[in-house]
Amino acid sequence: MTVSPHVPAPKAPAPRFLLDAEQRAFAESLHAMLAAAGTPAVIRDWSRGERTAGRALWSRIAAAGVFALAVPQAYEGLGPRPVELAVAFVELGRYAVPGPLVETVAAAAALRAPGPAGRFLPGLASGESMATLAREGGYALDGDAAAARLVLAADGLRLAPGHGPVRASLDPARRLTRLLPGGELLDPDPPAEGALLWARLATAAQALGVGLALLDRTVGYVRQRVQFGVPVGSFQAVKHRLADAKIALEFARPLVLGAAVTMTPADVAAAKVSACEAAYATARTALQLHGAIGYTAEYDLSLWLTKARALRTAWGAPDDCRAEVLRARA
Amino acid sequence: MDLTHSPADEAFRAEAREWLHAHVPPEPLPSLETAEGFAAHRAWEAELASGGWSAVNWPRRYGGRECGLMRWLLFEEEYYAAGAPGRVGQNGVSLLAPTLFEHGTEQQRARVLPAMACGETIWAQAWSEPEAGSDLASLRARAVRVPGGWRLSGQKTWSSRAAFADRAFGLFRSDAEAPKPHQGLTYVMFDLRAEGVTVRPIGRLDGKPAFAELFLDEVFVADEDVIGEPGQGWRIAMATAADERGLTLRSPGRFLAAAERLHALWRAQGGPQGARAQVADALIGARAYQLATFATASRFLGGERVGAEASLNKVFWSEYDIALHETALDLLGEEGEFAEEEWSQRYVFALAGPIYAGTNEIQRDIIAEHLLGLPRGRR
Repeated sequence: MTVSPHVPAPKAPAPRFLLDAEQRAFAESLHAMLAAAGTPAVIRDWSRGERTAGRALWSRIAAAGVFALAVPQAYEGLGPRPVELAVAFVELGRYAVPGPLVETVAAAAALRAPGPAGRFLPGLASGESMATLAREGGYALDGDAAAARLVLAADGLRLAPGHGPVRASLDPARRLTRLLPGGELLDPDPPAEGALLWARLATAAQALGVGLALLDRTVGYVRQRVQFGVPVGSFQAVKHRLADAKIALEFARPLVLGAAVTMTPADVAAAKVSACEAAYATARTALQLHGAIGYTAEYDLSLWLTKARALRTAWGAPDDCRAEVLRARA
Repeated sequence: MDLTHSPADEAFRAEAREWLHAHVPPEPLPSLETAEGFAAHRAWEAELASGGWSAVNWPRRYGGRECGLMRWLLFEEEYYAAGAPGRVGQNGVSLLAPTLFEHGTEQQRARVLPAMACGETIWAQAWSEPEAGSDLASLRARAVRVPGGWRLSGQKTWSSRAAFADRAFGLFRSDAEAPKPHQGLTYVMFDLRAEGVTVRPIGRLDGKPAFAELFLDEVFVADEDVIGEPGQGWRIAMATAADERGLTLRSPGRFLAAAERLHALWRAQGGPQGARAQVADALIGARAYQLATFATASRFLGGERVGAEASLNKVFWSEYDIALHETALDLLGEEGEFAEEEWSQRYVFALAGPIYAGTNEIQRDIIAEHLLGLPRGRR
C-alpha cells in the first residue's frame, strides 16, 4: 500500500490545545469527500445488506488514510495516531457512514502478535478488508460483512469461525450478530484494554459528528419551516433547545480531542459519555423540532437519529463510562 | 495538538503554588457579604498584592506580573486548589480593568489600577436598574453635562458588592434624544461615598447584603471619570460583557477545585450509588470546561476575539455550578440545610449564576442568533 498523501507526518509544533493546520486540513478533505459521496443512499443500501456502494466508499475512506491511523507503520499503516483518528471519526459520524468503522479500528488495535498482525493489518489499513471485533458474549457489528471476525475471548484473541443470524438494530444501518465460539487463537495475551480504548474513542468521535450533523440539519430546517406566518426558528422555545444542543456539543468536542491526546481510560470514558449524551440529546431535539417529518423513515434525518441512540450504548453505556471516570480517582 | 504546558509555565505554576501554600489563611475567612468578612477579604487582597499575585496578567507598572492568559489560568487553578478566599476585588479586576485597558486613558489606568490591585479601592458594578436587567438598552439613570463633568441622577439596583464597596462603574443615559435606545449611554466611574449617593444594602436569598440599591441625586463626576467617548457606553460595556461571560469571570480552576471537593465529600460518605452519575458528571464537566477554556485561550492568543461564543461558556458554567452544588447539598442531607455550612453558602451564590451577567435566556438567544444564524423574533 502507498502511504496516503492526505495524512502527512507530524512536523511543526502545533498551537497548544488546538488542532494544527494539517489536522484541520485532513478533516476538511474528508468532509469534502464525504459530502460528495451521497451517503444517505449508501446507508440505505447497507441497511438492506446491499454493500457495493458501501464497500466503494470504504475504499475511499481507507485511501484517505483513516484506517491506517490505527495501524502501526511496521504493518503499512501510519499509526498509532489517535488525534487524527478522532478527527476522522467526527467526519464519518457527520455523514453517518455505515459499516464496522469503529470495529475495524479496534481490531487493528487488538492485533499486535506479529503473525496475525502481518496477516490482517495491511489489508485493514488499505481498505481491502474490513474487520469486526466483539467481546466474548457480546454482539459484533456487521459480522456478515467483515472478512476478519475477531473475538476478545477469555483465553485470548480468537478468529471466529463464523457468525449467527443477523439481527436488526434500531439503527437500520447497524447489523448485529453473535460470533461463533472457537476458531483460531491469534494471540493468547492481546492488548484488550487498549483495543477497547480505541473503540470507545472512535465511537465518541463518531457520536460527536452525528450530533453536529443533527444540529446543522435542524438549524437548516427551522430556518425554512414556516408556521403561524414566521419561520419556527424565530420562536424562543425552539432557539433555546438548539442553543442547549450547541452548548452540549461544543463542550463535548474538547473532551474528545483531549482524550485522543492523553488516551487515558478516564479521559476516553469522559469523552464517550459526553459526546454520546450530547448527540442523543441533540437527536431528541432534532426530532421534536422537525415534528412528524422527522419521525418519517424515508426522510434522511432518521439515519442520524437512530444512530445517536445506538452509539450511546455501543462500547460502554453512560453508566459504565461514568464508573470509569470515578475508578481513575479511587 | 498538545495538552501540556511549557516548562516555563509549569515553573510559574509551581511558584504560585508555593506562595499560596505559605500564605492562604488556614481557616476560611468570614463571608465577604458581611462587614467583617469584607474587611478580611480586603486585607487578603492587600496580602495577595504584596506578593504580586492580585492581578497576575496586568502590566507590572500597575502591580501585575504580565504573565499572559495561559499563566493566569494556571494561577487560578492553583488559587482555587489551595482553597484561597473568594476575590472581593473581582468586579474591578475582571470587569472594569479589562475595560480600562481597552478604552481608558493612561491617566485613568495609572490612577485606578494600582489601588484596585491592592484592595485599597473595591469596585461595585452598577449596571442594572429596576426597569433594566438584561435589557441594558432600557437604562434610565441620567448623566447631565455640567462644566468639568457630569451630574448623575436616578436609581441603580442589584449592584454586586455595593453594600461595602468604595466606588462603582456603570452606564448612564447622557443623550435622551439618541435615535436608538442603546445609543446615548455613557460609561462612568463614581464614588459610592460622594455627596448625593445613598446606598441601601439588599439582602440576598440568604439575607446577606451581597448587593445594594443605589440612589443618585445630582452626583458630580469629573470628566476624568468617564471611560471612552460620551455616548459610546454601550459599545464599551458590550466588550466588557463579552469578557465577563467569556474568559475572565469564571476560570476553570474554580470548578476543577469544586469538583474535587464534591468528589471528596462523596468518597467520605462511602460513595453512595445514588449520586454516582452526578459526581462523575461534575468531574467530567470541570475537565470539559478546562479544555474548552485552554482552546479558547489559544485562539485568543492567536488574535481571535471570543465574541458570541462567550455565551456558550456563560450558560455552561452557571448551570454546571448549580448542578454541582445541588449534588453536594443532597449528599449532605439535613446538614446541607444549615446556612453557615460552606456548601450551602456556595450553593446560594451559584443560584445567581444564570441570572447575572445577562440571563441565560438572553445568552441562549445570542447563541441561537449569532452562532446558529436563526432569525430574530419576539423574546
